[in-house]
Amino acid sequence: MQEAFKIYDKMDKNNILLSFKGDITSELLTSILQIMENKMENMQEEPKTKKKVYNVLVECLQNLYHHMDDATDLNGDKNRSAIFMIAKNNGIYDIITGNYILNENIVGLKTRLDEVNSLSKDKLKEYYRSVLNNGEMSLKGGGGLGMIDIARKTGEKLDYDFLEIDNKVSFFTLIIKVTQTQLT
Amino acid sequence: MEKYAIEGTPKTPSISFDIQGGLLEIKGRSIPENSIEFYKPLVDALDKYSTASKPATTVNIQLEYFNTSSSKCILDVFKKLESIHKGGSAVTINWHYEEDDEDMLEAGEDYQAIINIPFKMVQVSE
Repeated sequence: MQEAFKIYDKMDKNNILLSFKGDITSELLTSILQIMENKMENMQEEPKTKKKVYNVLVECLQNLYHHMDDATDLNGDKNRSAIFMIAKNNGIYDIITGNYILNENIVGLKTRLDEVNSLSKDKLKEYYRSVLNNGEMSLKGGGGLGMIDIARKTGEKLDYDFLEIDNKVSFFTLIIKVTQTQLT
Repeated sequence: MEKYAIEGTPKTPSISFDIQGGLLEIKGRSIPENSIEFYKPLVDALDKYSTASKPATTVNIQLEYFNTSSSKCILDVFKKLESIHKGGSAVTINWHYEEDDEDMLEAGEDYQAIINIPFKMVQVSE
């Protein structure tokens, strides 16, 4: 019984506005976006903040959605599950996602994230335009624009981590900050 | 087919394409998980239009949000319009953005940099 309180207490201390663990479906994304939009409305956020957070949420959630299948075939249900959290501390929104990834896919993803993190604001703009214009559109969607877009809109580095679970899969965590400085 | 119209949903914009009047309008939110599926009918309609386009074509884009999955499809729509423009119909794209929405203005500038059609950035108050 105390377990529930521990989770509650932890979420309370970390100012979690919303968290979800499980299968990421299209309907779920619609609901989460609706809930967050209402919450920000009730919190009387500036339109600018609302838009910025909403945009970044869409990209983070759809990244999860599109990559849910990537590690599915290994251990069944466990790997279809992902975690999503959004917190607000001192005016800063933290959007946290976590999902399983095949170890063989880590290098490719890490290279892309590091590339995005290495670019200045202007270089990100150039990079976005070149991927938009020349990049292959994957069947899954953005064709690699998502992370560039998040970095551009937040003006922050993408904070990430890979935790090795076993010799096949790791758990990938991504933390995106939407800070007040970029909203002024 | 004189008019192509679809209603907006929480994840997809409303589209109205008045073929006789040479007027295309896209409004609302474009954040579907699968945007290729959503935009294909419009790209097909533009393909048809290109064979019998009006002397002038006006395009009004007024999006509140769009995801990166849509951004490629919107570029495809603009590329079709670019070829219609080259084919002799004077195309103008009016890109609307809310006055404090710099991201939406920048998104318009991204397209403006890629597409060879006159773009007008139109600021709207909230």
